[in-house]
Amino acid sequence: MSAHDHVEGQLPHEPEKATLEARNKILGFWLFLGAETVLFGTLFSAFLALRHNIGDGPSANELFQLPLVFAATMILLTSSLTSVFAVQALHNHNKKSMLGWLIVTIVLGLAFIGLEIYEFLHYIHEGHKFTTSAFSSSFYTLVGFHGAHVAFGIVWIALVIGQVLKKGLTVVTAPKVYISAIYWHFIDVVWVFIFTVVYLMGKVAG
Amino acid sequence: MASHAHGHKVKRYSGLMDWLTTVDHKKIGILYLMAGGFFFLVGGLEAVLIRIQLMYPDSNIVNGQTFNELITMHGTTMIFLAAMPMLFALMNAIIPLQIGARDVAFPFLNSLGFWTFFFGGVLLNLSWFAGAVPDAGWTSYVPLAGPDFSTGKGVDYYVIGLQIAGIGTLLGGINFMATIINMRAPGLTFMRLPMFTWAIFITSAMIVFAFPALTVGLVALMFDRLFFANFFDVANGGNGVLWEHIFWVFGHPEVYILILPAFGIISEIVSTFSRKRLFGYSSMVFATVLIAFLGFMVWAHHMFTTGLGPVANGLFSIATMLIAVPTGIKIFNWLFTLWGGSIRFTTASMFAIGFIPTFVMGGVTGVMLASAPADYQYHDTYFVVAHFHYVIVGGLIFGIFAGLHYWWPKMFGRLLNETLGKITFWTFFIGFHMTFLVQHFLGLLGMPRRVYTYLGGQGYDDMNFISTIGAFLMGIGTIAFVINVFVTWAKPRNASNDPWEDGRSLEWTISSPAPEYNFQQTPLVRGYDAWWKEKMEGKKAMTPAEPIGSIHMPSPSILPLFMSIGLFVAGFGFMYDHLIIAVGGLVITLGCMVIRSLFDDHGFHIEPEDQEKGVQA
Repeated sequence: MSAHDHVEGQLPHEPEKATLEARNKILGFWLFLGAETVLFGTLFSAFLALRHNIGDGPSANELFQLPLVFAATMILLTSSLTSVFAVQALHNHNKKSMLGWLIVTIVLGLAFIGLEIYEFLHYIHEGHKFTTSAFSSSFYTLVGFHGAHVAFGIVWIALVIGQVLKKGLTVVTAPKVYISAIYWHFIDVVWVFIFTVVYLMGKVAG
Repeated sequence: MASHAHGHKVKRYSGLMDWLTTVDHKKIGILYLMAGGFFFLVGGLEAVLIRIQLMYPDSNIVNGQTFNELITMHGTTMIFLAAMPMLFALMNAIIPLQIGARDVAFPFLNSLGFWTFFFGGVLLNLSWFAGAVPDAGWTSYVPLAGPDFSTGKGVDYYVIGLQIAGIGTLLGGINFMATIINMRAPGLTFMRLPMFTWAIFITSAMIVFAFPALTVGLVALMFDRLFFANFFDVANGGNGVLWEHIFWVFGHPEVYILILPAFGIISEIVSTFSRKRLFGYSSMVFATVLIAFLGFMVWAHHMFTTGLGPVANGLFSIATMLIAVPTGIKIFNWLFTLWGGSIRFTTASMFAIGFIPTFVMGGVTGVMLASAPADYQYHDTYFVVAHFHYVIVGGLIFGIFAGLHYWWPKMFGRLLNETLGKITFWTFFIGFHMTFLVQHFLGLLGMPRRVYTYLGGQGYDDMNFISTIGAFLMGIGTIAFVINVFVTWAKPRNASNDPWEDGRSLEWTISSPAPEYNFQQTPLVRGYDAWWKEKMEGKKAMTPAEPIGSIHMPSPSILPLFMSIGLFVAGFGFMYDHLIIAVGGLVITLGCMVIRSLFDDHGFHIEPEDQEKGVQA
């Protein structure tokens, strides 16, 4: 029952699901993502209700530049793929390869955050500030919440890498890798919706 | 097994430190009960002050501003800080025992949930001492609650207090869903779960899907108030109706989050004290799921007069009326359970039986309010106040009183005094109907809610007087309960495993109160009403599903307390524009999270020879 039922140095087949604690964590985390879905759903609803109310500020069509956002999207999608590689390496008990892919994931996440900060600064320069209009407030809240989630994920995965380096790949650290990967996919999926609803609809259906 | 885990010596605390660091669901349940009970008394005091002000026409015992503060704080406190925590108390105390588990899935999060609720509630109530009390109603509609019309800090206390308390509720919801899915004893399939466990399972799912909407609403209102965002600021393109939608998308499921656990409690008690299997168990389960589903589909019935148009009003009207069907199924199931049973009239069963007609009355007025054209007449009158007090007090609070009397021996090892219990029941029951029955008629006569006084001679005077006397009676009932608690406290701890002798589910198979590890051996469940089934076959105990062995327990931790204090400090930092304090508070919270992640909790083991030493709690 405890987290230490494995024989030292010999990992079970799916080490992230080897203990009851780990299975609880994975289930609980999926439930948490259900709550997160409602959270982002509500943010999306608020944005959709307010996105045409631009006041004196620029409109979505004037503001958004799809090449930049497309680049950010590709970076984040790729980072999701690299985190899949990390989990595959986990299943193969290949610690080195797993850590490598986790680091690539973090680097891509940092690149995404960098682009987002550049993008926000550019918008502020264009007169699209947080307090400009209902559109701007709901835009920064929705996209900013997502950005904060990415930033949190980067710190989290970095901590997990540190723990694997220190404690090795065990039935305690494996679920941490696995859950942070689920989280990373989730924020990726949210971004797909942001790209569609905020940017594409802002450009096309604006 | 687990050879090297024995090497970790876990520090065990006693006294106050034990309560501050506990991760034991039974102790957390008691903490929830104490905190929720305290806030219940605070909210009750506010209610009595409201009724004293309304006792006579043209009275000026409190002024309009104070009255607004009282109704806001009464509603907010009762729903978020009294009713929900007392439900959390019962679910913490009982659910793991009912499913044959040694603890919840996430003991550490359980503790964190309690402390965030507690500090959120403290922050909200500190507004009384800060002299800036929320006064925009418990619904905090904008633009009234926005920065233009609520210029003081009052609504900030509401926004940030509820935000912090809401984190705790969400954690609890996730925790109990995971617990009920993953931690059931062998043989305890879903369709053998006790009805209270089913109710909490569905309630937890509703919490998970409803509370994040409130989180976003509060964030948006906070951004509007503190950072000059424009979500609800019409001049800059914001939309006031958006707040109503977000609030009620959360708010309507919330009322089912409150009442479904009460349904579960009533099902257990009616069945136990009729000494009969619950009638229509599977239809009860089905009805609970259906109520939860429909509960998410009806939020706009709170907004009939907002002007959403006849199609929206019509659809939400019909959806609302539909809820009467599964609710009616439940009512009849309880009646058929009582029918032909050999009923024992204990305090618990009297509260449960009193619940049934009272809740039906609240349900009937609910269907009346569901009719959109009629609602234009009832809206914002005392008819609405009467309706929701019939379902929340007559439903939920009766359910909580029933549950507390029923499970008190399992929580504390002592049976509450039945004479004082009967006094509690009769004063509270009569007082309740006196207070709120007349309010239906006040509403139909046109008395508006949320107005601090009224002119005499409009036919309101007598009924308001009766209502206030009723409120005093409810106060006396509550005091009788508190006296009962203290009287019982002084008695020896002598309740048997199954003190009602007719217990049906697993919590009655272990000592009262349960030992720290709950079940020395995980029981094997062979059917619905697991314990009753064994008793009927002449068995004295459950069949164990595992041999006696070393039991692994999670370590106590002070981190949940510190994390909550961090949020509490950060809340004040945001409110009073001290960014350094806000960041400092968040650093405390996040730092504790990092510590929790970095240092694995190996827990400790209770060996078989120590298990014999008996109970703790």
